[in-house]
Amino acid sequence: MEPVIRVRSKTVVIPSTNIDTDQIIPARFLTTTVKDGLGLQLFADWRYLKDGSRNPDFVLNRPEARGAQVLVAGRNFGCGSSREHAPWALLDFGFRAVISTEIADIFRGNSLKNGLLPIVVDDSTSRWLLDHPGVEVDIDLKSATLTLPTGAAHRFPIEAFARHCLLNGIDELGFLRSRLSDIERYEAARAW
Amino acid sequence: MRTLFDKVWTAHEVVAETPDTPAVLYIDLHLIHEVTSPQAFSVLKKLGLPVRRPDRTLATMDHSTPTSTEQVFGNVPIRVDAAAKQVRQLEQNAAAFGVELFGMRDARRGIVHVISPELGATQPGMTVVCGDSHTSTHGAFGALAFGIGTTEVGHVFATQSLLQRKPKTFAVNVEGRLPPGVTAKDLILAVIGKIGVSGGTGHVFEYRGSAIRALSMDERMTVCNMSIEAGARAGMIAPDDTTFAYLKPKPRAPQGAKWDDAVARWRTLATDPGASFDASVDIDAATLEPMITYGTNPGMVLPIGGAIPNTVGDAAFDKALEYMGFHGGEVMLGKPVDVVFIGSCTNGRLVDMQAAAHILKGRKVAPGVRLLIVPGSQETKREAEAAGYADIFKAAGADWRESGCSMCLGMNGDTVAAGQYSISTSNRNFEGRQGVGARTLLVSPFTAAASAVRGRITDPREML
Repeated sequence: MEPVIRVRSKTVVIPSTNIDTDQIIPARFLTTTVKDGLGLQLFADWRYLKDGSRNPDFVLNRPEARGAQVLVAGRNFGCGSSREHAPWALLDFGFRAVISTEIADIFRGNSLKNGLLPIVVDDSTSRWLLDHPGVEVDIDLKSATLTLPTGAAHRFPIEAFARHCLLNGIDELGFLRSRLSDIERYEAARAW
Repeated sequence: MRTLFDKVWTAHEVVAETPDTPAVLYIDLHLIHEVTSPQAFSVLKKLGLPVRRPDRTLATMDHSTPTSTEQVFGNVPIRVDAAAKQVRQLEQNAAAFGVELFGMRDARRGIVHVISPELGATQPGMTVVCGDSHTSTHGAFGALAFGIGTTEVGHVFATQSLLQRKPKTFAVNVEGRLPPGVTAKDLILAVIGKIGVSGGTGHVFEYRGSAIRALSMDERMTVCNMSIEAGARAGMIAPDDTTFAYLKPKPRAPQGAKWDDAVARWRTLATDPGASFDASVDIDAATLEPMITYGTNPGMVLPIGGAIPNTVGDAAFDKALEYMGFHGGEVMLGKPVDVVFIGSCTNGRLVDMQAAAHILKGRKVAPGVRLLIVPGSQETKREAEAAGYADIFKAAGADWRESGCSMCLGMNGDTVAAGQYSISTSNRNFEGRQGVGARTLLVSPFTAAASAVRGRITDPREML
């Protein structure tokens, strides 16, 4: 995996709360057997009209969204299904980080394993970001800091091991396999 | 003094967590299906790794499989090409990696969270994972069961373990007796309504109290199933005599002396008196009523006789009502319905079929309403047919199908059309969940069946 150290980008804002993974990538697109190409179907039911054309009112279709790598969303982003297709679709579209006041557990874990940064911020920081779409933000994973164009810097929580893996491009499976002797010992010792 | 969760967690710690590293947690049972496994098998192929413990891995197909008999058992091919490819790929992967698969025409096939308990594969004190968020269902047996992503499916394939941070504990205390016509589904919808769709984030629920103890295993599974809809990855219930009586005749339950040993061990799992939880909520079962959702997440829920709240200045709330075609202040009772779906890993078990049959016996589905009843497994289908429920359904005008996830998530050909109202016993009323533009109202099987008969949202207590 490529290391993830810093993301500097303008933001795109989708202010809705409780954006579930069925919105991020509807179930009818889960018949794929690969990870690639899901960016086309990201937010499909919001992004495309009934005739398949792009909905000009949806933010990801507007010119100001082009090239944005940071998605700012309302509270409780990524709730619902465990589909890893959700972070795959966000990454394939070009996003590298998601910012919300709450990020659902399974989505957060799936994101970290794919190099998409789930950034949880306090209410006032979130409010400011929601009110200022398109601003340039600087996310530094080394210091776990989100810096706004105002100069305000906010530390964000991130699980220590996931951060270590991201910074160094380490695949967690490699680490887990390095513990195989412990796993074998555990299996041998268990009486039930 | 330890909780049920603490006991199961500790017993599966291969390596305990440190500030720098998560725990290595051993997984007893890995359930897989066709939708979230292909990319994980691809990783194994790329790295040249085997499935480390095929004996702890069980595969079925449920999400993208059709439910029409001619597509499952006849000569009609699966209509959705990509779904057909996914099914074939699971068949190939299971054969190549030596994983036991309940394939399309297997008598034991069904929704992954219905068949594993039916087989007795899910047992108290286990860790159970699956690439599906409703894996929380298995917590009904006192297992620690949670959904994982496809990368983690690969981790379990390769190591039979996962890297996990220890979650916090949350006691959901439900005392008293559920009134007639109020079901396990209403109970869990009320819990979600009370704590919200992210109220359980970072926590594992333990459902406790006299109302929980009084539930059958099918009902306990309904409750645990929807833990994720409150944000909790897992929900557990301490195993007791109800659990043991359910498991004893199951084909994969321990046999003979091993059974006695297992029960003795399982009895030690319950939370110790005085053990503390990180959070808790108290619910009085006697005050509960049949519940119905009115919005686009399961926390937007009301007692069935209630009116949609009037809120001011909440854009997300307004957007949800606009999608649903509802207005603040409207009462839910009497609103027309187009489609009724009874099934899913939430309410696709025999007790749910029995509830639907109880209402539908001697009655007809209202003209213009489509009632789709989909058993959670082929075994449930056979049982419902033997009990005479299927005949009641057909006589009422319902469509009785082969098992699968079906209309819960509309990726298998069973969908609700744009703008239609679907009264559904499934678990998610998200926008588009049952089809593009579909409007889903989550209810119990009683409420679903009663509403199918009247063609309108109906309080089932009028028809019991």
